Parts: sequence; structure tokens; C-alpha cells
Amino acid sequence: MANKVNTVIDKTVKASIRPHVRERARPSASFAKAVSAVVWKDLQAEFRSRELFSAMLVFSLLIILIFNFALELDIKTRQSVTAGVLWATFAFAGTLGLNRSMAIEKDRGCLDGLLLAPVDRSAIYFGKVISNLAFMLIVEIIVLPVYSVLYNVNLFQPGLLLVILLGSIGYVSVGTLLAAMSVQTRTRDILLPILLFPVVIPVLLAAVKASSGFLDGATLADVQMPINLLIAYDIIFIALAFMVFDSVVEE
Amino acid sequence: MITVKKLVKRFGLKTVLRGVDFDVQPGEFVALLGPNGAGKTTFLRILASLSRPSLGEVSVAGYRLPNEAAAVRARLGVVSHLPLLYGDLSAEENLRFYGRMYGIVDLEPRITEVLEMVGLDNRRRDLVRTFSRGMQQRLAIGRAVLHDPDVMLFDEPYTGLDQDASSMLDEVLKTVAAKGRTVVMTSHDLARAEELATRFDILSRGVITATATHKQLKRTNLLTFYKEALVS
Amino acid sequence: MQAKPVTLKVLDIVSILLLAVSAYLALVFAPTELVMGDVQRVFYFHIGTAWTALIGFVLAAVFSVVYLITKDLKWDRLQVAAIEVSLVFFLITIVLGSIWARPAWNTWWTWDPRLTTAAVTELIYIAYFMLRQGIDDPDRRARFGAVYALVGGISAPITFFAIRLFRTIHPVVIGGSNAEAEGGFAMTADMRVAFFFALFAFTVIFIDLFWNRIRLGDLQNHVEQLKLKVTL
Repeated sequence: MANKVNTVIDKTVKASIRPHVRERARPSASFAKAVSAVVWKDLQAEFRSRELFSAMLVFSLLIILIFNFALELDIKTRQSVTAGVLWATFAFAGTLGLNRSMAIEKDRGCLDGLLLAPVDRSAIYFGKVISNLAFMLIVEIIVLPVYSVLYNVNLFQPGLLLVILLGSIGYVSVGTLLAAMSVQTRTRDILLPILLFPVVIPVLLAAVKASSGFLDGATLADVQMPINLLIAYDIIFIALAFMVFDSVVEE
Repeated sequence: MITVKKLVKRFGLKTVLRGVDFDVQPGEFVALLGPNGAGKTTFLRILASLSRPSLGEVSVAGYRLPNEAAAVRARLGVVSHLPLLYGDLSAEENLRFYGRMYGIVDLEPRITEVLEMVGLDNRRRDLVRTFSRGMQQRLAIGRAVLHDPDVMLFDEPYTGLDQDASSMLDEVLKTVAAKGRTVVMTSHDLARAEELATRFDILSRGVITATATHKQLKRTNLLTFYKEALVS
Repeated sequence: MQAKPVTLKVLDIVSILLLAVSAYLALVFAPTELVMGDVQRVFYFHIGTAWTALIGFVLAAVFSVVYLITKDLKWDRLQVAAIEVSLVFFLITIVLGSIWARPAWNTWWTWDPRLTTAAVTELIYIAYFMLRQGIDDPDRRARFGAVYALVGGISAPITFFAIRLFRTIHPVVIGGSNAEAEGGFAMTADMRVAFFFALFAFTVIFIDLFWNRIRLGDLQNHVEQLKLKVTL
């Protein structure tokens, strides 16, 4: 009898405790999960619309076309400027991708949506860097064969691909940080190249030097210095962005 | 549930909030009213941990801002007048993304549950950019309740909605509030606020000038109360 | 509003005097260089301004870090002053370098590490001000400025070392008793006097201009505060 009464009292008590008063354990997204969620979301959205990707690709091809007429090169000179033309193309087309990727977040207030999630802000940064990098690499992978065909030069050398990877990482790391800033100003799109190009010069310098080296048949040992510079730059700026990204997105 | 003491918010040299005191008990539905420029959105953004207070103390759901912001965010659902949704993703993909960001377990059934609650289950695979404003707002509310927050903040949720959409939003809001959640809503729509809220606070020129519960309003109506509060 | 402090007034006069003396030493006192002739005299001011611009550059990066840690707007004003003064001094360095380059190496511009890095730094500074232009909120302006100055502050030295991977035709003056270094020259005792005096003079001039600019920023801030009081 006492047992039954206890059970009834127990049940009544439990039912009267409103859920929100009880302290519930909250699941929170791990850092890695949040990063992959952001990357997946960006890739998924881009796969649907393909706006960013087609814009970057077409722009790249147009730049190569312009260089063709602007530089009027004979076969010999062409060899020496291939690395430069490629990297100039990537640098310009890259700003399109960076701008657009951030603008999407800003326009529908989605940046707030990201900031409201109980995750570390740097997870947003890394997610964005990875998806921006993915877009840039895809465009580069397509531009390479096109350039190879147009100018009859073999660009598919592992060394060159390594340089393109390292250079793109550096470019996108700084670019994502600066794009997060420029998208919040009045001047928006036009500001990003102005901010980005002066500080990304070391990447261009080293990447062109290393690329030219590989295209001229150098070994890894020969271009060790610029490769090291690229790696150092990548590490330094990813670390820096990781530390200051909070200040850039929070109020 | 929400405690605000002497909150001051400055933007450079401009002071928008000048010492706001605000206390909300669990389960209350507070309508925060006031003229444009009074600082309602700024105030809500601080409660939402999107903005830092210049001075004063703020705590939401028992956690202090800005230091314990992450804990607050896990218990908070926010709906602003911008949809915070990705147009190129479908309704369910949007919810799936946010679900992952909030670390929700058993995500799929939860998504279906939420979509049914806001009446969008039949449009789950459609891209959000094909949605009307009313539908986007409902999905936005769905996004906000996905992680079962204790506190909800609504910033002018009825902006840009027609009669039908507004009525639907009423229903959703009532459902959301019924679960014992604490709600703070800013609105220009006094009639709707009167219907939904249990308490009314007036924010004018950076301070709360008046507060009254539904019971206290029995003698006057909300409009009179509002006008009087602004004059003082 | 405070009047100009006496120390600053004295410093103004001292700076002008030092500039005059340094000019005399550079243009009259120092002997004419054997190979390049009188145009080499540009060198004293060139190094003087380069050295001080560099100080400004380093200070700006330091102020960035301090601001981001303390969030005190005072450091932002200091940073703006440092960058502005540094911008002007780098410009003078570049122009003087150009004037020297023409007769010495028969070109108006050389793509060597030092000059190029100075030009890149100029562009970073200009970008810095354009960034700030597009932001209304003073706190955000300060934060973004600090972040960009930090990014630039780290990137510019890397640029310098990166260019060094290529050959340079910039004269190696310091420690260059090896006059075979292209365009280099050995300094006589008299030249050394003019050289070190120029460094000293320009450091004082930099401090004077920097201080004046900080004061200008403080006064501007004061005016903004007064404006706000009036409009209320």
C-alpha cells in the first residue's frame, strides 16, 4: 500500500516538473563535425546552382584569352611566362569565388545563423577555407588541361600540382579572412582584391618561381626554397587567421 | 530565465541602450514594444549573444554573457526578420545543416517532426528560394526550435507577411510557446502582441519605460498603455 | 580642449632645426662621392626616412596586437597615426630612391627587395585606409584595421625575404667596405657623421610628427563627443 502511494506521488511530482526547469545535457557539435557541416553545405549549395564555379571558370578562360592577345608571344617567350600567366589567372579568378562565397552568407543573414550555433568561430573559418579551396582547386584542375591544349605545353607534372596546391592554400587562407571583413563594409566586392593582392604577393612570388622551375624540368631539391616559403606562409597565416577570426565576425 | 542589469550598449560614441533592466521568468511570453530606433533589435542581438554589452550584466538560461556564450547559444532559438536560410538548399537540407551545427542526435526524425509542426512537410524537398516569404518565415521558426531551446527570441517576425501567412505564424507561435518556453518578441503589431503575449514591456530611447502583465492591462488596452509609456 | 603641450612645441622647433642641420650636413658638409657624384647626397635622407617609416611599420603591428587584446580605442588612434606618418615617409623614401636610381643605375625604378617591399607596404597602407573608409561603426573599424595591419605587418617582411630569392641591384651600404657591390660605396668619416646625424634627425622628426598626429586624432575624437552632446 505504501509502495503504491509512493509511486503515485512520484509520478505526480515528475509530471509537475516542467521540462525547461530540469537541467538537460546539451549535445553540442564537435569542432570537426561543424567544419564538415559547413563544407558539405557549401558544396551542396554550389552543386545545385553552379553559379560560383561557372563564373570562376569562364573568367579564368577569358583571362587566358586576354593574355594571349595582350602578350603576343612567340613559342619561346611563352614558355617563360606560362607560370606567371597561370598564377595571375588564378589570383584574379580566385577573388570571384571568395567574394561570392562570403556574400551568400551575408545577404540572407546566414552569417548570424552560423554565429548562433554553439560552435567555435574558427570552425566557420576552417569550413569556409576548405570549401573555397575546393572550388579553387576544381577550377585550376580544369584550367590546366585547357591551357595545355591551347599552348601545347605539358602542365601535368606532379611538382606543378604540388605548387598549385600549396599556393592555393595560402591564397585561400588569407583570402577567406579578408573576404569576411570586406563583405561587411560598404565597398564590399571591390575592396577584396585591394586588400588581398598586396599581402598575397609572397605566395605569387614563390609559386611562380617554383612553377617555372618545375616546368623547366627542375627537381624538388632545386626549388626547395620557394616551396619552403609557401609552406611557411600557409602555416603562419592559417595560425593567424585562426586567432583573429573571432574579432572579424563578432560584434 | 533572462536577467539583465543596467545594460549599456555603445557604438563608438553613440549610446543606444542606456541602462536596461529586464527580468523574465521561465514560461513568460514578453512582447517588447517601442518606436523605431529605440534599440529593440540591438537589445535582442545582445541577448542572442551576437553583440557584446558595453557595460552591465546579462544572463540567459542561467549562463552569463558574453563569457558563457556557447552555453547560451545551445539553449537559444532566434528568428529575425531575415530568414537565415540557404536558398539553394531544400527545406530539409537547411534543417539538416543546422541540426549538425547544433550537434543534434537522431536528426532525421527530428527534422520530420519540425517540418510537420510548421506545416511544411509536403515541401521538404523543395528549394528554399522557391518559398514564399511566409513559408520561409515558418521554416525559419522550424530552424529555431530544432534543438529544443528553452528561450526563444523573435525580432519582428511578422514583417512582410500577408494576412494568411500571419495567421499561420500565429498558430506556429502559439504551438512553440505552449511548451513552456520563454519567449521575447519585438513587434510593431500591437494587436498580435496583445493576443500572444503574457507581458508587455516598452523600450523607448534606450531604456525600459514601462512594463505590464496581461492581467494589469485589463482596465486599459495595450494601445493606450503604449502611448502613455512613450510620453513619460 | 587642451592647448599644445610645451614639450611638443619645443619638439616642433627642435625638429625643424634638426632637419635644417641634417640638410646642411648632407648637402654641404659631406664630401662628394667619387663614382656617383652629387646625386648620392639623396642617400642620407633616403635612409633617414626609410628607417623611420620602418619604425612606424613595426609600431603599427604592435598597436594591432595591443588593441585586439585591450579593445581600448586609444590604441586604434595610435595605430592610425603610426600608419599615416609611415605612409608619408615610405613615399619620400621611394621618391628619393627613384631619384638616386636614375643617374646611378640608369633606371627610374629597380625591382629590388627594399624598394619593392616599400612599394608593397604603401599599397597595404592605402588598402588599410580604404578598408576603414567603408566602415561606420568605430569599434568595427578599429578591429578590422587592427587585423589588416597585422596581416600586412607579417606579410611585408615575408615579401622582402621572398624577393631576396632573386638577385638584387640595391647597393649594400652598411658593412659594405666591399665597394665592388654594384653601386655600393664605402663611407668616409665625414659621410658617417652626416649619415648618423640624418638617422637621428629623422627619428626625432618622426616622433614629432607622430605625436602631432596622435594629438590630432584625440582632438577629432573630442569634437565627435561634443557634436554628440549638442545633437542630443
